[in-house]
Amino acid sequence: MPDSQIAADTRPWRDPAARPFIQIRNITKRFDDFTAVNDVSLGIHRGELFCLLGGSGCGKSTLLRMLAGFETPTEGAILIDGQDMARVPPDRRPTNMMFQSYALFPHMTVERNVAYGLLREGKPKREAYARVAEMLKLVKLEPFARRKPHQLSGGQRQRVALARALIKQPKVLLLDEPLGALDKKLREETQFELIRIQETLGVTFIVVTHDQDEAMTLATRIGVMRDGVIEQVGEPRDIYEHPKSRFVADFIGSVNLFEATVEAAAPDMMRLTCPDVGGAVLVPPQEGLTRGQTVWGALRPERITLSRERPESARNAVQGTVEDVGYVGHMSTFRVVLDTGRMVRVTEPNNLREGKPISWDERVWASFRPEAFRVLTE
Amino acid sequence: MSADPAAPPGNALTRSAPWRGTVRVFGWLGISGRTLVIAIPMLWLLVFFLVPFFVLGRISLAEAIIARPPYTPLWERDADGTLQIIATLENYRWLVQDRLYANAYLSSIRIAVVSTIFALLIGYPMAYFIARSPEPRRSILLLLVILPFWTSFLLRVYAWMGFLRREGVINNFLIWAGVIDSPLTMLQTDFAVYIGIVYTYLPFMILPLYANLTKLDDAHLEAAADLGASPMVTFFTVTLPLSLPGIVAGSMLVFIPAIGEYVIPALLGGPDTLMIGRVLWDEFFQARDWPVASAVAIVMLVLVVAPIMWLQSVQNRRELK
Repeated sequence: MPDSQIAADTRPWRDPAARPFIQIRNITKRFDDFTAVNDVSLGIHRGELFCLLGGSGCGKSTLLRMLAGFETPTEGAILIDGQDMARVPPDRRPTNMMFQSYALFPHMTVERNVAYGLLREGKPKREAYARVAEMLKLVKLEPFARRKPHQLSGGQRQRVALARALIKQPKVLLLDEPLGALDKKLREETQFELIRIQETLGVTFIVVTHDQDEAMTLATRIGVMRDGVIEQVGEPRDIYEHPKSRFVADFIGSVNLFEATVEAAAPDMMRLTCPDVGGAVLVPPQEGLTRGQTVWGALRPERITLSRERPESARNAVQGTVEDVGYVGHMSTFRVVLDTGRMVRVTEPNNLREGKPISWDERVWASFRPEAFRVLTE
Repeated sequence: MSADPAAPPGNALTRSAPWRGTVRVFGWLGISGRTLVIAIPMLWLLVFFLVPFFVLGRISLAEAIIARPPYTPLWERDADGTLQIIATLENYRWLVQDRLYANAYLSSIRIAVVSTIFALLIGYPMAYFIARSPEPRRSILLLLVILPFWTSFLLRVYAWMGFLRREGVINNFLIWAGVIDSPLTMLQTDFAVYIGIVYTYLPFMILPLYANLTKLDDAHLEAAADLGASPMVTFFTVTLPLSLPGIVAGSMLVFIPAIGEYVIPALLGGPDTLMIGRVLWDEFFQARDWPVASAVAIVMLVLVVAPIMWLQSVQNRRELK
């Protein structure tokens, strides 16, 4: 079953000449006067585990349903493996879907649920059930083959749904909030289980989720969606470290956003005026910015360091008062009110055991490196 | 929340004085509210089902006499004062001996089964269509199904006589359209009885089916399509099995009244339309043989109830598994 082609290049999207396996071209979907998906273009490569990430109503599920064939695009085209899907009904598409509700057939046993797709292909029964046994082994459900869905736990049902969707070895597996109905611990275990299965079978996965942690853990690449538009596509690290817009920065992880004005573009450092920080902020120079332009700065809480004395080497440092400390075990979160009155979130790992930890009402210096202050224009 | 801290917990109803009084009175008698709620339907069944059933059973064991009431009493005192119970199974023997009854039962079952099948074949697509319609239209369609109940059942059957007569609407239309030369005989045939029963009981088929089919999850149909099932295959492998409870409920609601139907065969059927309802009527009012009529009724009840009980036990067992 493993596809030898994935090993060839694990990051084909970095090669601009590579032709994507799934091509979504200027897809728009309108329901009456509501535009669910607005002119989306996207290329997904073979063997990818691509996550469509966004809040509810952002159009991610509609996009997935158009790939499965349950919705017809108002405009645009979808190509899978070079074949236009416009006139292909769902039952003829090389895709299979794992539904958010799992949609297991309640009147069939686990075995018959999983066999359903193979039997529709006209596979002989013995052959089909041999494959079913294999698949149930992969998802570790062999002892439950004769049970009905209502006799299974949520996690077991999730795996039946996965097995049923994978049995036909689809070119593309579409997963709609695959872990949404599971509790936190099970969800974390299942994430790695999904990755294992995906790597074993080499099938292209497209996952829809609203959970940014899930997307970060699972995905080879993430497409962040908002109001029917893809805001940014990139590898998880890319999206986190280099968000293109305030929305993406805010949606992925937690962030402190500041409004700032470009003051002077020095050759090695650029100066911004940021009233919230209470003065100038030094950032690395960036192309395409003009003097006087209003920009936004995104500063991740873990990129800010707190100290009682001003660190000598720090290029950006502001004074403030600790208002609140939250101890979360492996780290602590601080709410620091800067002298300008602006509140910032700071997180620090609890691996430093030396000295007395910073506590409530203390005067502190909050410092950050120039690269930590991401300048956004959108 | 009540401002009075001394008020006992519970909602406004259970806190109100008359209710508390009632509960207390029944409490002295050892009757809890729960018993009371169960007691009402139980009492109803006792008075309107069980008691009449035993009365019928008792009459079916008597002999017909010309008297008032026209059957022998259950017990008699002999001349020497000993109590004598008079009961006979003669009426049941009679039912077995005379082929008329067996034929009538079989013919009733046949007519009820065929009518149920046709009601299902017509009602299923209608229920499916209504269940799949968008909301405002769905309510209107459902209303149209129920609408005939607003006129008398008898009137509607009479209306069918007007349609099916030799010089009725259908024959006139077909002759006018040139399809036939001479009128067809439709009234006073089994065909007319089928039409009457299917027409009358169709809503009883549609409503439970509709209730079942609206619960059908779109995701199940999409999942089937996604796994390669054509719409037809999806229907037979997913929709139909999932709607089985609705099919059973609807079929029962048509089959049970159809088997004992009296008015429809009397008005639309011919002299050779043999149904147990008519036999029963004849025994009671023409022959005035109440014991035989009672035996006929008891046997019919057993014929109807036995398959339902069997079906229910099968269903219960399947749910437990």
